[in-house]
Parts: sequence; C-alpha cells; structure tokens
Amino acid sequence: MKSSVITFPGSNCDRDMHVALTKFGFKNKMVWHNDNELPKNDLVVLPGGFSYGDYLRCGSMASKSKIMQSVINFAKSGGLVMGICNGFQILVETGLLPGVLLRNKYLEFICKNVYVKIDNKENLFFKNLDKNIFKFHIAHNEGNYFCTKDQLNEIEDNSQIAAYYCDSSGKTDEKNNPNGSLKSIAGIFNKERNVLGMMPHPERMIDQSLSGEDGALFFKNLINNIR
Amino acid sequence: MKISAIITLKKDVLDPQGKVIHQTLDGMGFKNVNELRQGKYFEIDINENDPKEAKEIVEDMCKKLLANLVIENYKIIEPQ
Repeated sequence: MKSSVITFPGSNCDRDMHVALTKFGFKNKMVWHNDNELPKNDLVVLPGGFSYGDYLRCGSMASKSKIMQSVINFAKSGGLVMGICNGFQILVETGLLPGVLLRNKYLEFICKNVYVKIDNKENLFFKNLDKNIFKFHIAHNEGNYFCTKDQLNEIEDNSQIAAYYCDSSGKTDEKNNPNGSLKSIAGIFNKERNVLGMMPHPERMIDQSLSGEDGALFFKNLINNIR
Repeated sequence: MKISAIITLKKDVLDPQGKVIHQTLDGMGFKNVNELRQGKYFEIDINENDPKEAKEIVEDMCKKLLANLVIENYKIIEPQ
C-alpha cells in the first residue's frame, strides 16, 4: 500500500505521520509542496503544522500550492485523502471539505489528550474499527469548526460528520468541547467520504510510550481496509 | 493604481478576538462601545490603469484567496 505525505513550508507533523504510516505497513513517500505530480498512491496525507506561518488564514496559502491541484484531482477521482490538524484546515480552504476552522472559542492554544467519538463507519477510514471512543491528542489554535446552516443541514443529511469531541463515555456537550466547534465536530468527510479532515492527531498515539495506542488501532485498521 | 480591500467577518460568525479587544477597551474606560468586530485591510498596488478592470481583478483576488466567503465579506474601496 502506497501513501504520500505532503510537506509544506511550516509543516511539523509530516515526519510523525511518515513514521506512523511506515510502522503499519505503508510504503510512504514525502512529497514537497512545490512538486507538480503526486506519485501513484492509495492514500495522500496532509499533515499538521503551521504551513506558511498560518498567514492570512490557516491553510489558505497551502491550499493554493502547486501540488494541491494534483491532490484535488486525486480526491475527485475517488482517491483517499486525509488531512490532520493543519491538513484539515488546508482541505476546507481547497473546498474539498465544507466549512471552516475558526480561532478557538477561548483564544487558547489547546494541547492535550481528548476523547473522540467515531461512530460513522460507512467509509474506508473507519470501517471495521471495533470501538467508537478513542483517545487522541489535539494541539491547535484554530480548531473551532464552523459552517453555514445550509452546510450543516447538508453534512448531517449526508452523514458527513466523522468525529465528535466527547468524554470517556462518549457524551458530547459543551464541557467536553475543547474549542467551541459547532456540534462538537472534530472531523468531517466530503460527500463521497473519501476525503477526511480532523483536528485530532492519531499519529501521536501509536506507541504505549507515546501515551497511548488508539492511533495504532486506527492505522492498522486503515491499511487493512485499503488492502 | 492603488486599490484597497476590507475583509470583515460575517455577522453570525463568532469573533473572540474582537470580543477581547472590546472588553479591554471597556477596562480602559471606553465605556460607550456597543460592539467591535476585527477585520483585515489590504492595500494592493496593481499594474492596471483602468479602475473598472483593477476593481474586477481585486474582486477575483478576494473571492479566490483574500476572503473565505463561508465566514467573511469583502468590500473593495474604489481607487481615488
């Protein structure tokens, strides 16, 4: 199974993502943002970080990078694309995913472990996962998901909500919504569910010594789903 | 030709930075502020002599990059 991780100027989770993908069996290539062509892939990942220093709006500059046209074409042809954190911000700026990520409600940079509920399994990212509540890490300043009322109706009607912030039992409420996201949304799919954007970092939870292995469950399952 | 664009958050979009600035002004004694919203201002020196054409180009820039139309509005200030 082949994957690519795109590195933008200011990406800082690209190497972590490479380590995670490689650990669970992907043959991963790092691809520079200024390249024109993607290698042949089963999965393309836009990693976390602060591409272009978060100038203008997070992800806005990176969404216009040369490589992004190939990523958009790959996604539109049905290819699997995953954006984590800044990668999620880039995906909404390309228009591949609906909505936008605003500044966190309480103006704090949030860096902590959170529980995330994943119960939408009708997609290649989460199909066959045998639990619904995962402990992942978040680290962001702009993770406050927002979209228009019409967009929200559409993403709810099409089951495009990929993940919610919750407590350890799966309860979603304001107390367990770290950044003020609409409906406690932590991740979103496109309509066809081959593009996933989420703020939490599964690649930071792939080893017990890195405070958890829920990310390992995710990556092991992902590669089995693609095979 | 110099042309400017102002980007503002749409009315129903939360503006926590604007809120904090408002509170700070309030703490400094500026008690008569009803509401404050933060935005962005761009000055663009564009190689175009026709004001109508220049405005159209900047409008295209706003739509494609400078503003995110999900949350922001833009206003172009006519060249003087």
